[in-house]
Amino acid sequence: MEIPLTWYLTLSAVLFSIGVMGVLFRSNLIVILMSVELMLNAVNLTLIAFSQFMGDITGQILVFFVISVAAAEAAVGLAIVIAIFRNKLTVDVNDIKLFRH
Amino acid sequence: MLAQTFFIAAGLLAVIAALGMLVSRSPVRSALWLILVMLCVAGLYMTLSAEFIAVVQVLVYAGAIMVLFLFVIMLLNLGALPNLERVDFKKGVGFVLGTVILAQLVYITATASEPLATASFDPVETGSALRIAEELFTRYALPFEIIGILLLVATVGAVMLAKRTFE
Repeated sequence: MEIPLTWYLTLSAVLFSIGVMGVLFRSNLIVILMSVELMLNAVNLTLIAFSQFMGDITGQILVFFVISVAAAEAAVGLAIVIAIFRNKLTVDVNDIKLFRH
Repeated sequence: MLAQTFFIAAGLLAVIAALGMLVSRSPVRSALWLILVMLCVAGLYMTLSAEFIAVVQVLVYAGAIMVLFLFVIMLLNLGALPNLERVDFKKGVGFVLGTVILAQLVYITATASEPLATASFDPVETGSALRIAEELFTRYALPFEIIGILLLVATVGAVMLAKRTFE
């Protein structure tokens, strides 16, 4: 296997930055949640790359747990989106001003 | 050589799909682009010979989580965003912050010293289901059980949140 570790890290950095920009750019709550999933994916790629290059399986166990927590996070996050949509009839973060007076 | 070509193809496709998710107006299109990103990342896991995690990625991420997203988008009947995407202060700050984070990460990766440069990948150490299961059910048995409880709590919480009517 002749792919260097730095390639994986660079690709993961690019994907993570796109996720950060998605959270900061977009005003749709669902797209923001999807950007968070993209960032989790980028971090998972880093963990797997380090795990394999160091010959330690623990990184993959951690990725397994991250995927489980991401599933729970998506379920709860989308439930919150549905609850907000019922009250405000919008999923635009600019229109949700519960704490702003 | 073949592995490198595959990495470049999958990596480029992943970045293009991520950018597509970032710029597409309709949430459904964003979700479909994100599914493509996840499939590409699963392919990259295969190049790292992490087969079990690659399969879990396709099953749980591209399958379950993204179907949940699409389900909610269609339930809420969200079309394309009505207002024009305008360049404002918030977007400028977001672009600058994202670029700074990317520059930092790439700088760290590029200037990393010996341990990173000399790290070698041993293909004998595979991430097969057998090896992961051995660790998961012996050393990490307690976290595994706690994850089960977390998923149960998340399920109950999601149902309660979506069911409840405020005021």
